[in-house]
Amino acid sequence: MKLVTAVIKPFRLDDVRDALSQIGIQGMTVTEVKGFGRQKGHTELYRGAEYVVDFLPKVKLEVAISEELVDQALEAISEAAKTGKIGDGKIFVYGIEQVIRIRTGETGPAAL
Amino acid sequence: MEEILNLRYALDTFYFLVMGAFVMWMAAGFTMLEAGLVRAKNTTEILTKNVALYGIASVMYMLVGYNLMYPGEAVNSIWPGLSFLLDSDHDAASVLSISGSKWYDGAYYSGRSDFFFQVVFVATAMSIVSGAVAERMKLWPFLIFCVVLTGFIYPIQGFWKWGGGFLDTLGFADFAGSGVVHLTGATAALAGVMMVGARKGKYSRNGRINALPGANLPLATLGTFILWMGWFGFNGGSELVISNVGEANAVAAVFVNTNAAAAGGVVAALVTAKIILGRADLTMVLNGALAGLVAITAEPLGPSPLAATLIGAVGGVIVVFSVLGLDRIKIDDPVGAISVHGIAGIWGLLVVPLTNADATLSSQLIGAGVIFGFVFTASLAPWALIRAMGGLRVTEEEEYRGVDVSECGLEAYPEFTSGAQ
Repeated sequence: MKLVTAVIKPFRLDDVRDALSQIGIQGMTVTEVKGFGRQKGHTELYRGAEYVVDFLPKVKLEVAISEELVDQALEAISEAAKTGKIGDGKIFVYGIEQVIRIRTGETGPAAL
Repeated sequence: MEEILNLRYALDTFYFLVMGAFVMWMAAGFTMLEAGLVRAKNTTEILTKNVALYGIASVMYMLVGYNLMYPGEAVNSIWPGLSFLLDSDHDAASVLSISGSKWYDGAYYSGRSDFFFQVVFVATAMSIVSGAVAERMKLWPFLIFCVVLTGFIYPIQGFWKWGGGFLDTLGFADFAGSGVVHLTGATAALAGVMMVGARKGKYSRNGRINALPGANLPLATLGTFILWMGWFGFNGGSELVISNVGEANAVAAVFVNTNAAAAGGVVAALVTAKIILGRADLTMVLNGALAGLVAITAEPLGPSPLAATLIGAVGGVIVVFSVLGLDRIKIDDPVGAISVHGIAGIWGLLVVPLTNADATLSSQLIGAGVIFGFVFTASLAPWALIRAMGGLRVTEEEEYRGVDVSECGLEAYPEFTSGAQ
């Protein structure tokens, strides 16, 4: 079991969600976040004075999936989130020790 | 004949009152413009200042200001003499006893309508000050200064021109107040800004100029449009009468020129900002509209519509450079009032001789110089006195928290700023 966390551009979210649905992923968690990477922020101008917006709005997407889906999921996210411009984001993959479905008490892969 | 004179008197009075009500509405324009260009934490205080200054101006001008500015029999051409409260209005019999070519020598509109039209002008002058000193000045010192400006400083220099004092005798031309109203407000604002200092964080030690972006640009834009509309009363009403073909045409020409100058200011400021700053800076465009309006106010009747557009356009260019220039010398004016009303006002005064043969460049320079010199000195003194007595400025911590809390105890957006539960 793996947890795939992707930080992506907000306007790509719908496409990423569709792409993940296509490969049979049934659930995900989305958070609005702010951050910056190598693209840094951007500058805005107000009455001739520049100011830097350090933290840009991004969307963080989390999906817990079984091992065999990981490669497909990474490919789906990468393709759907990609614009080719700076700030497209990153994907992180973690191992999951345990999953419990609260309603039924199921555990492990059956709870995904 | 008597019927027609009755009607003329009524029509000119009606026109004057409606134009005055337009100018009164400019108070709303200034309020919205300033509320849009300050940060959210300083909104309630700027609203309080604007509505309070309008009230104070109305009271002071009725008590003493109007009589100082229009004394009837002045002591001399510099000091009008002190008297209080308003005279009764003209009685019908004496008005109607004058007719024919002598009509305009008598009272041809209500005296109360004249007071009403004048009182809304003094409020305009004071509104100019409030934006410039926003976000760091204490509320009550500002209101005390408001008493001094609207009761004394504005009326005395107003007497010199519009009340028939020495600037009028000298040939100084200022149709609706580029100098008497706008330069006066801007000069008082400059003195206030110099005494209160820049907002914390505006200028870094290393010489960097920081942006402190306004909270609500829709409100700032609405305020600009309200001012633009009110200006038709400001300039259009300053023709004073409308009840014959010549005067009606003149009022229409003033309306057209006033609109043209604002339009010229918008376009010029937009293009200038794009060229100089690389972006279409909305706040500069809004300042451009107002600079165009201020510039045409000294002579909105003489120019052709094209000339009026160009006069406004130059105002729009000047205001962008002025805003940037004042920041260079650390004059922190959050809304650009000194640039819009002062620098564009001087431009408006100096360009009058091009379209008004009665004015000369020297008389315009003297007029601008006298107004600036007097208002600056007369404003600096009370500002300095207040600073010495109790302080003009909120503490650093209060400034960080916002003057809404420290000065008014009330936040404009309690669920959005720090007051949320």
